[in-house]
Amino acid sequence: MFRRRSDLPMNEDTLGRFLPWLIAFMVFLSALALAGMLVLNDAVRRWDTGLNATVTVQVPPGSGPREDEQRLGQVLAVLAAKPGVERYETLSRDRLFELLKPWIGEAGQAQDLPIPMLIDVTVDRGAQLDAEGLAKELQARVPGVSVDDHRVWLSQLVRLVTVIQALAWAVLGLIGLATIGTVVFTTRTGLAVHREAIEVLHLIGAQDAYIARQFAARALALGLKGGFLGLALAAPTLAGIGYLALETGASMVPKPEFGMLKAIGFLTLPVAVAFLAMVTARSTVMRNLKRMT
Amino acid sequence: MKDSDPDSIVRFENVGLRYGLGPEVLQDITFDLEPAAFRFLLGESGAGKSSLLKLLYMALRPTRGQISLFGRNVAGMSRTELPRLRRRVGVVFQEFRLLDHLSAFDNVALPMRVAGTRESDVRRHVEELLSWVGLKDHLNSRPPTLSGGQQQRIAIARAVITRPKLLLADEPTGNVDDKMGLRLMHLFEELNKLGTTVIVATHNLGIVRQLAHPVMRLEAGRLNTDEAQIISALGLDEPGIGAGRAAPGPVLPRIH
Repeated sequence: MFRRRSDLPMNEDTLGRFLPWLIAFMVFLSALALAGMLVLNDAVRRWDTGLNATVTVQVPPGSGPREDEQRLGQVLAVLAAKPGVERYETLSRDRLFELLKPWIGEAGQAQDLPIPMLIDVTVDRGAQLDAEGLAKELQARVPGVSVDDHRVWLSQLVRLVTVIQALAWAVLGLIGLATIGTVVFTTRTGLAVHREAIEVLHLIGAQDAYIARQFAARALALGLKGGFLGLALAAPTLAGIGYLALETGASMVPKPEFGMLKAIGFLTLPVAVAFLAMVTARSTVMRNLKRMT
Repeated sequence: MKDSDPDSIVRFENVGLRYGLGPEVLQDITFDLEPAAFRFLLGESGAGKSSLLKLLYMALRPTRGQISLFGRNVAGMSRTELPRLRRRVGVVFQEFRLLDHLSAFDNVALPMRVAGTRESDVRRHVEELLSWVGLKDHLNSRPPTLSGGQQQRIAIARAVITRPKLLLADEPTGNVDDKMGLRLMHLFEELNKLGTTVIVATHNLGIVRQLAHPVMRLEAGRLNTDEAQIISALGLDEPGIGAGRAAPGPVLPRIH
């Protein structure tokens, strides 16, 4: 990438051969963790906008179409008068069959199958609708009516995702620590291997910072090399996972979107790891040289 | 401790040195060198010449006594101050200590680069000096591919490239023929005339006779500075070997 003159024979040491691979592995894992976090983030955002402002009212079927209609009418009347209800829509029988089809197949088409009626209610976000109160009110008119407040399970889901995201951050942190440990170890070994040359540099007047700069530059170069290698390995892996997610057609998994911001996020990984390697190498050299003459 | 006489380049006061728990290899060393002094340091093998030089180039600290260099007490000096002082000292190591992975050019350039000299100046001075020591055709050769004498000349060029205020040479003529040895010693004399204090540790009595500079002698770890006694004991007043005059030295940069 760039040629930098070094007074120490670092190109000849064996450490330079495996450090890029270690860093590549770290960046590979980091990219997977980052991708996981971004997907979860997208999912939460989607669920939040899609479900946070809706409740579903379920009306049990009566003894016949006439009673069904009567029950539905009573429930809709309550909803129409309820402050905070922005919009409501009764799901058609065809739509209900469509939703049930994956579970019960064509049997759902049977006219005599007692299927409850569903009303999709959109709530005004600012109105703080009391779902429990609404349920009680509806049950007083039509026994057996239930109100499914999505906000309850959504908040539990968001809590779970937040924990998973925190774990992903912890994984990134651990990868960072592992990178630091690796660089500290390789730098210390490098200091031991090049001890003789370092002593000569000291004796002709080199400051510790002069020597540390050479280790830091080497760590940066190796870090960038390994980092972009790791990212190159992670790209097809992530593409493969994305493809599988799309193939399964899981409605809960959002369609992966890869915008400029995310691209920058991924490109930052190898640069950040290389920078971390550089800073670690420099501070390791500075700390260890203080113990030398 | 207080810094000492600023006019003195080197001052040793009752300096002793021992390695670990062993016996003292240097005992009660006391001497003083003014600017532009030239001394030959004589002594049998194992008398402590290299140890004394190590104290001078600050690779070792004395176990007792006080050393001042350029008027500064070395013992009281912080780690960050040492490099600046070391840049004023040129050292020709007995075992050369060249960096094998670097070319002859880069080895000689090291002290200038460490001091932050511009690369254009580095190139000019290094090429001139290497040419002067007869290695013009070996600028890009690595030390392992060169003979002992050629390596020694690179080591000397590295030591003098920054025109140091104090030049320490440990057996600088050990691997070269008499003619090249004398030529290199004349380079030291040129520097000496420009104000560099020079200490040459050597076994080569022919050179000592030829150049007739003051001598001091290490005898079992103690320093004898009685010149008359040393000259008489070693027969240095007898006629020396002859050699032709060496060419004038190259113009060396002044690095601060």
